Formats: sequence, structure tokens, C-alpha cells
Amino acid sequence: MLFALFLLVPVAAAAAYVTARQRATALSTAAGQRLHSRPQHHGLHSALWVLIAGWGALIVLTVVGEALIQRVLMARISDALPDEGPLQWNLVLSDARSFAQGAVSSEMDPLRERIAGAFSWMNGTRLWLTVLATLGGAAAAAWWTYKGITVEARARVQSETIIRRGLAVMATVAVLTTIGIVFSLIFETVRFFNAIDWQLHKFLFGTTWSPLSGVFEGEMDADKVGIVPLFAGTLMITLIAMLVAVPVGLFAAIYLSDFANHRVRAVVKPVMELLAGIPTVVYGFFAAITVAPLLRDTGEAIGIRVASESALAAGLVMGIMIIPFISSLSDDVITSVPQSLRDGSLSLGATKAETIRKVVLPAALPGIVSAIVLGVSKAIGETMIVVMAAGQGPNLTGNPLEAMTTVTVQIVALITGDTEAETAAGPAFTLGFTLFVMTLLMNMLAQRLVARFREAYD
Amino acid sequence: MNDMRLIERAVDMDDIKISARDVQVYYGDNHAIKDVGVDIEDKTVTAFIGPSGCGKSTFLRCLNRMNDTIDVCRVEGDIHLDGEDINARQVDPVQLRAKVGMVFQKPNPFPKSIYENVAYGPKIHGMAATKAELDEIVETALRRAALWDEAKDRLDTAGTGLSGGQQQRLCIARAVATQPEVLLMDEPCSALDPIATSQVEELIDELRANYCVVIVTHSMQQAARVSQKTAFFHLGNLVEYGETGKIFTNPEDERTESYITGRIG
Repeated sequence: MLFALFLLVPVAAAAAYVTARQRATALSTAAGQRLHSRPQHHGLHSALWVLIAGWGALIVLTVVGEALIQRVLMARISDALPDEGPLQWNLVLSDARSFAQGAVSSEMDPLRERIAGAFSWMNGTRLWLTVLATLGGAAAAAWWTYKGITVEARARVQSETIIRRGLAVMATVAVLTTIGIVFSLIFETVRFFNAIDWQLHKFLFGTTWSPLSGVFEGEMDADKVGIVPLFAGTLMITLIAMLVAVPVGLFAAIYLSDFANHRVRAVVKPVMELLAGIPTVVYGFFAAITVAPLLRDTGEAIGIRVASESALAAGLVMGIMIIPFISSLSDDVITSVPQSLRDGSLSLGATKAETIRKVVLPAALPGIVSAIVLGVSKAIGETMIVVMAAGQGPNLTGNPLEAMTTVTVQIVALITGDTEAETAAGPAFTLGFTLFVMTLLMNMLAQRLVARFREAYD
Repeated sequence: MNDMRLIERAVDMDDIKISARDVQVYYGDNHAIKDVGVDIEDKTVTAFIGPSGCGKSTFLRCLNRMNDTIDVCRVEGDIHLDGEDINARQVDPVQLRAKVGMVFQKPNPFPKSIYENVAYGPKIHGMAATKAELDEIVETALRRAALWDEAKDRLDTAGTGLSGGQQQRLCIARAVATQPEVLLMDEPCSALDPIATSQVEELIDELRANYCVVIVTHSMQQAARVSQKTAFFHLGNLVEYGETGKIFTNPEDERTESYITGRIG
């Protein structure tokens, strides 16, 4: 019902557009002079106001009405059951609601039936009010804008203002969401640190990660929340991945931009970008089922013990996953270094290799560094490959042939595990926050380095 | 134009530096240069003039094999530098370009310091054993390019931060620093204002003492001012080649005369 109403508003807006445009055209003909705004601007102005009034009324009444109903009913329930707590009141309310909507509720009693009746009536009223307000608002907006169509009316300027504000609202939404996420991270992190009495050194430098081991006693054991094994795993696997991805990606980019002829380029570049489209879960089982056993068997053959889940397998496959990001971005920046710089170098008797090393790469450096930073962020954030190929055990080891785990994998394990979400959220959010701070610092460092070494060519 | 001065200007030497015969250039299917043959003298400024698209820049780029960098470009014919065929299999274009320097239409300093820009070629060719020697090469080159006085206090600042005219003189200094024998200039003043242009022109005149200079220009006044020999290109053909004074005052071909007097172009 409400959804149909939601879709009806744009239809009304379209009608308002056509009507307003026709009226403006007629007015222009009748007055025999040019309007300040062209007919379609009057149409747009009318349609925008219909959308704002219709959707605005719909959303405000839905949200406010829901809150109001909730409040009134809760007040009645709490009056009827003064001895119970909010948990019980909520239960009564949700039972009454499902009963009113014809679903089966866990238990029924006179109070619940009374509340259900009240809910039915209030909800029905709200629905009709919403329909009336939405259609009324849309109609009023259409009427008001229709009346406002005159020769001098500045419909174009006004609708441009509305659109500009709409764009600003969208931008604000994106920013506010980010801020909201960061704040919820900080909030949960503070709660977690309270639980371990702010023994930050144990968190940052502890070598045992088993945060849920004391959960049944209802407390967090500060000696078992050391993140060192997780970050060691993350750094090890990221390092292996970058050792694969940076040289392969960068050299591939140099080949594509400066050596390959356009026919090779036209084939190789899209195929490489295809690699970026493979879901990481596929890379994950490729790592677990093909690469890890291969490494283990090879190790056995030459007498080295390789665990069947190893950081090396995960890192290698993750590196392959990251190659297209680095090669494609680097290729773009290397290609955009002006040919005139290459010509300048070649005309001085420099070889192609000298030209690339001394002129092209320094000029492309900022872009190459951002490509690498993007690759590192991908590697740090990657979860699926590690879950499948490197295991979940928080081992603290420097040996890439052993099973290791990463920060992201532990977050997954916490959230999807059997423990109640409330309890697991603390450590999970804290890990997330630490990861966020780490990548932020890394980005800032990279930008500093670039600012210092860049050779700007324009 | 001061015609009298042009006629009286003497050509210093009769030594042939570059000799081209039957040069053809194709861009894919497009026959851009047709049967061009020309003898370019040492210690002389030779100007290539002609309307846009006539092939003068393309021909200039044949002289240091810069056309090699263009995929679809194909060059045929003989071009000899000091009697040696530059398109021969055993000639390394890298070595050739060390001998035949080039200055481009748009100033293209590297995004490095002024010093590094000039030192780039000498470093690559191992021309200086010590820092002091390199300093000297850089200073000499900057002096030759009449940029030393303006740049000596800011050698460590970016070459791209100079003005357009200074950038172009920096590019000339950069080309001169590798001690080439021939200096090719592809419309070196087209991106410069009149003051910078006259500075570069003076410079070209001074460079003549040490180098064989070939300059492509759109400006006939410029050709008349700086060159001793002029070649007129039209639609990929070399129409007329001779003493600059004669080309401008008494051309033999009527196409040259039409161009000089502004009827085609």
C-alpha cells in the first residue's frame, strides 16, 4: 500500500511536468513574448515540488506515526504491567502486533488483545492519514506551482537551486554515513577497552589471541586479547602478496604502455582486467584446493615441511588477485606521461630503458604509489582467500610455511561464531578499528612519500 | 625584411654535413615525403619552411630517426651523416641521437631540477668523471643557451617552474650539453612570445659557430633572420633549396614565390 503510494508520487510529478509545460507554452503564445524560463523549466519546477511534497509527507508521516504508535502503546503496556521491565513490555508489544496483523503470536491474554485492538485502529488511521497527506501535498504543490507560472517567473533558477540542494544532501549523506561508521567503531572499541580495564599494552603487544575464552565467566581476559599474532599474519600475507603483485603488475604495465604494440595491448589489457572480476571466493578455493597442496607436495619432495594451510599459499594467490589492480592503474598513469617527455629523453641519445627508468617512472610515481597503496589495502582487507588457504589459528610465527591468520579472518570468526553477537562485537569492532587506523596511517605515509619524491610534469 | 642584408650574408663553409637522397616517408598508406634530396652544410643554419602539413617536421625527424618511435611510420631512401648511412642496420639510433640533438616545438623540460635537466644527457653518456666536471658541462651548456645568468642561483629548482622562453632555452641547453654535431629544431619559437623568440633566435645565430643547425619554422621572417640556407617544402615535395637571400628575393619556382608572398599556405 505505502509502496504503491511511493511509486504514485513520480507519476503525479510526471503529470505535473506535462501540465506545467503546456501552460507555460500556452502563456508564451498568448502573451506573444519570450518567458524568462523555457516551458520545460516550468515543468521541471512543478515536478520537483510535487516530488518533494509527496515523498516528504509520506516519509515524515510514516516515521513519525510509527514512533508515535510505539510510544502510546508502550505507555499503556507499562501502566498495565508496572512490575515488569522493558524486555517484557517489548515482548507484549510484538505479540500484540503480530496478532493484529493476523500472524500467530507466542501467547495471548486480555492485555495483549486490548493492545492489538488499539494497534489495529491506530495503524489504520495512520495509513489513511498518510495517503491523504501524500496525495494532498502533491496536489497542493502542483496547484501552487501551476498558479505561479507567469512570464517573469524564474522557474529555471528556482529548480536549479532545488537540484543543487538535493546534490548537497546526497553528498552529506555519504559523509555522515562514514562518520557514523567511525563513531560506532570508536564506541564499541571504548566499551571493549573498558572491559579489559584499559590495559592497552596487553592488547597491542600481547601474543595470545583468544578473546572469547573467558566469556562464560562473563568477563574478558586481558591476557588473551593480544593482537600481535593477527597483525603478524596480516603483515606476512600482505608482504607475500605484494612481493608477487608489485613486480608482476608494474612490469606488465611498463610492457603494455611502452613496448607492446596496440594490437597486443588491445587483447592483453582487457584480459588482465578480467582477472579483477573473479570473485575472491573463487581465488580462495583455488588457493586451498590447488595451490596449497601443490606447495605441500613440492615441499615434501625437497624435504621441507609445509603445512597444508600456509601463509605462503594464501599470499601467492592474493598476489595474483591484486596484479590487475596494480597493472591497470599503473598502466593508465604511465601512458598519461606525455610523449614529449619520452621524445625529449630519446632525442638526447637515451635508450628506451633509461628513458623509462629516469623520466617516465619518476613522472608517474604518484600514480604508481597510489596503485600500490590500493593493492596493499586490498591485501589487508582480503578475507576469503585467507580463511580458506591460511587457516584460522592465531599462530605467532615468522615462518610463511605455517598456518597463520589475519585480522579480518578473526573478525569473521567472531561475528559468525556461536557466541552471542553482543559479546563478540566488542573484540570484532576493536579489531576493525585498529585495522582502520592502520590503513589510515599507511595512506598518510604514502602520500607524504609521494609529495616528497614526485616530479610534477604539468 | 632587410633584403640587402640577406643577400650579402655569406655562407661560412661549404662542408656537407648531412646528405639526403630520394627520401620517402609513409604514415601507413599516406605518402608524406616524396623524393626529397638535400645537402645540409656544417656550421650553417638551414631553415625548412612551408605550409602546415607539408612534411618539413617529418623530414626533420628522419635526420635523427625519431620517426622510429612512431609505429606506422616507414622511411625509405639514403640519409648520410658525415658520409655514413644513418638508416644502415649497424647504426644504433641511440648513438645517432647523441650526435644529432633535437629541440621540440613545445618546451619539454623533464620534471626535474634545472641542473638535472642539463646533466641528464652527459650523465647517460658518461661524459663527466667527477662532479666538478659535470658542473662545468652544465655551466657551459647553460651559458651557451644564454640561461646561465637567470638560472645560476636556482639550479636546484624545477625546470618546469621556468617561463616558457626560459624552458625552451633550457631544452636547448640540454641538447647542447651532450655536445652533438647537429642540432635539429622543430619550430622552437612557436610557443614563445616575441621577446623570448628574439632571445632564442640570437642564440641560434651563435650556435652556428659550433654546430650544424636545422630549423623548421612557420615564420618566414624567422627563416630570413636566422638562416643561411632555406628549403621550401610543399605537399611532401622539396620544391626549392638554396641561399636564404635568393629564396626570399628571387625564387625560381612559382610555388615558392606564391608562398613567400602569402598566396598559398
